[in-house]
Amino acid sequence: MLSAFFAVLRRDLLLAWRGRADVLVTLAFFVIVVCLFPFGVGAEANLLRTIAPGVLWVAALLASLLSLHRLFAQDHADGTLEQLLLSSEPAVLWVTAKVLAFWLTTGLPVVVVAPVLGMLLDLEQGAYPVLVISLVLGTPILALLGAVGAALTLGLRGGGMLLALLVLPLFVPVLIFGAGAVEAELSGTGATAHLLLLGGGLAGALALAPWACMAALRVSTE
Amino acid sequence: MLEAHDLACLKGDRLLFRGLALRLQAGGLLRVAGPNGVGKTSLLRLVTGLALPEAGEVRWRSVGIRSDREALHRELLYLGHAPALNDLLTPLENLRFACAAAGDDVDAQSCVTALARIGLENQLDLPARVLSQGQRRRVGLARLFLSTRRPLWVLDEPFTALDVAAVAELAATLSDHCDAGGMVMLTTHQDAPFTRVPDVLDVGAYAC
Repeated sequence: MLSAFFAVLRRDLLLAWRGRADVLVTLAFFVIVVCLFPFGVGAEANLLRTIAPGVLWVAALLASLLSLHRLFAQDHADGTLEQLLLSSEPAVLWVTAKVLAFWLTTGLPVVVVAPVLGMLLDLEQGAYPVLVISLVLGTPILALLGAVGAALTLGLRGGGMLLALLVLPLFVPVLIFGAGAVEAELSGTGATAHLLLLGGGLAGALALAPWACMAALRVSTE
Repeated sequence: MLEAHDLACLKGDRLLFRGLALRLQAGGLLRVAGPNGVGKTSLLRLVTGLALPEAGEVRWRSVGIRSDREALHRELLYLGHAPALNDLLTPLENLRFACAAAGDDVDAQSCVTALARIGLENQLDLPARVLSQGQRRRVGLARLFLSTRRPLWVLDEPFTALDVAAVAELAATLSDHCDAGGMVMLTTHQDAPFTRVPDVLDVGAYAC
């Protein structure tokens, strides 16, 4: 039952390892975007500390968008996607495996590096756990929603740009609750409500997005 | 086993063919013929369920494939025009992935044997990007040896880029599969040395 799931997961992780440069590009993009802000708004510690949660979250969001168009593109071009759609195993499972591998190679590195960049922006001590938890809950939602967009725009001319237009509005609630969680923690009201909402959003996306993604892939390959 | 009736295929806003009917029984070898652009590949994609017909229905074991896609996919091997190889993986990794993704439980040793049988024993550890067109095609075709329990083989131009010896060997493999009760539906422009005379379906006759 799970042989396609593990086959896709193992293969995509292996491919990410063999094409390490692509993974590093996403991470470098995240780091550079965050580093641009002190240059842009001035290196005043109070200001940077205030905008840090928002900056980190927006940068994480843009970084996850950066490699999204590659999620299905290669498999679509070389015919692997057709073979996967003809699998006798449920398509939702291998779609989930693809998104999971994508998150592990693009989302997780961002989550790991974010606290370091938090220090750069002088984020307050107490906010780090909430920052990491909000990213751990939020970036998979971005990957899942983005995968639906990537499937819908597969094979279209100018698909990359269209993809950004399509998914960025959907990312807004995740951004609000993600950055909001860190700000709420800093202001003393507690981040529990925000994190619960993010968790609920993740559960919902995990349950629904693979189905939408599968349907979109069927349409795109037809 | 496999039947289709009154099939129509729309590509963009152009109707490629309509009123097409076909029937493939156990042991049948069906060659889809017709000039370029007449809709041979489109027909194969309709039969596999990758695309939906504009009109008509494809039935597998008397059940419409639209209502039970999985029943067909459990027993189908489709090799499309693209060989489904990832350039960064070796032929062995590609083949093992293709089998596992399709839902077949195949161990590494069987994959090595299949690749050796198709003449790639020296290329097992090379990344697929350094392979020639013919060798890439062979990696895809190696799945035939591992999919004998799947009765229906749908092959899109399987002979392309193969040398003469490989063409003969592939034709023999396909004939053997039919003799064992399997079914083969393929498109080709070549005269392959089949041991039996294939039925021919001329898509051109249904063209609009």
